[in-house]
Amino acid sequence: MRSTWRTPDPALLRDVLAIAASVAVSGASFGAIAVGSGEPWWIPSLMSVVVFAGGAQFMAVGIVAAGGSPVAAVLAGLLLNLRFLPFGLAVGEVLGRSPVGKLVGSHLLTDETVAFALAQREPARARTAFWLCGGTLFVAWNAGVVGGTLVGRSIGDPAVFGLDAAFPAALLALVLPALRDRPTLRAALVGAVVALATTPFVPAGVPVLLGLVGMLALRLPVPVRR
Amino acid sequence: MTVLAVLALAAGTYAIRLAGPLLRDRITLPDRARELMSIAATVLLVALIATSSLTRGAHFAGFALPIGVAVGGLAAWRRAPFVLVVVLAAAVTAGLRFAGVS
Repeated sequence: MRSTWRTPDPALLRDVLAIAASVAVSGASFGAIAVGSGEPWWIPSLMSVVVFAGGAQFMAVGIVAAGGSPVAAVLAGLLLNLRFLPFGLAVGEVLGRSPVGKLVGSHLLTDETVAFALAQREPARARTAFWLCGGTLFVAWNAGVVGGTLVGRSIGDPAVFGLDAAFPAALLALVLPALRDRPTLRAALVGAVVALATTPFVPAGVPVLLGLVGMLALRLPVPVRR
Repeated sequence: MTVLAVLALAAGTYAIRLAGPLLRDRITLPDRARELMSIAATVLLVALIATSSLTRGAHFAGFALPIGVAVGGLAAWRRAPFVLVVVLAAAVTAGLRFAGVS
């Protein structure tokens, strides 16, 4: 199993670097926001190394900054990260067979690395994509956070640069090939509708999990004409 | 955030992440089940894309964000390079906001 590694092609490297750049800027804004909300300088960095999940980090710091308890912050962050469990089930194989690979690779499971791995057809390419993307994003995210804590608030709101649109657009580009399969597309659309419809009523993180209801659409009879 | 809270979030997140690959090892899955897992991951990603481009907290995110994502998505569908997709989405959203569209 250990010989299935591909030298990353320039196209893959370029795609990974594109997303790494936007992750680094998001990291910088996380560092700046965390320090700006009163955290000591080392907390955002410690958090980024050991948690390594942007959404949950922003949420946890935001809850504490708004006067919430650390317990609430931890629970909300964990709820948001629960999607990593099905992700791990889906792409677990790309981590390889060795225990070290699993222990290290699990920490690199993120939306982006999973999407990159799923977008590859051959297992060997999926493995290369996962590790290249995971390693690069880990470095980019943490470097960004350090930069952000140093520069502080002058970085400002990442929304001004439209970075909040870069993340979903990148994921969309990565899942598009999988959506060419009709049943998958149907399940995904039903899932998206369920997630959107439930967003106002349940805690953050739950709507995405409820999107799994879309899997039931795989069982629907396929219309004869479309 | 207290250090304890940071470590608790880290430990919990890592346990969630490790659970999938470990479970996957313990059981041998038939091909159809593996296929379903990867469809499920795609479904989750699309649900994440939908919520992160249309909502902020419990509310509508405004028009600038979904329009930017849609333009990026259209570019991806027309097989534009990935870098262009990401830059287009961010630029359109930033431009709309600059023009006063929330």
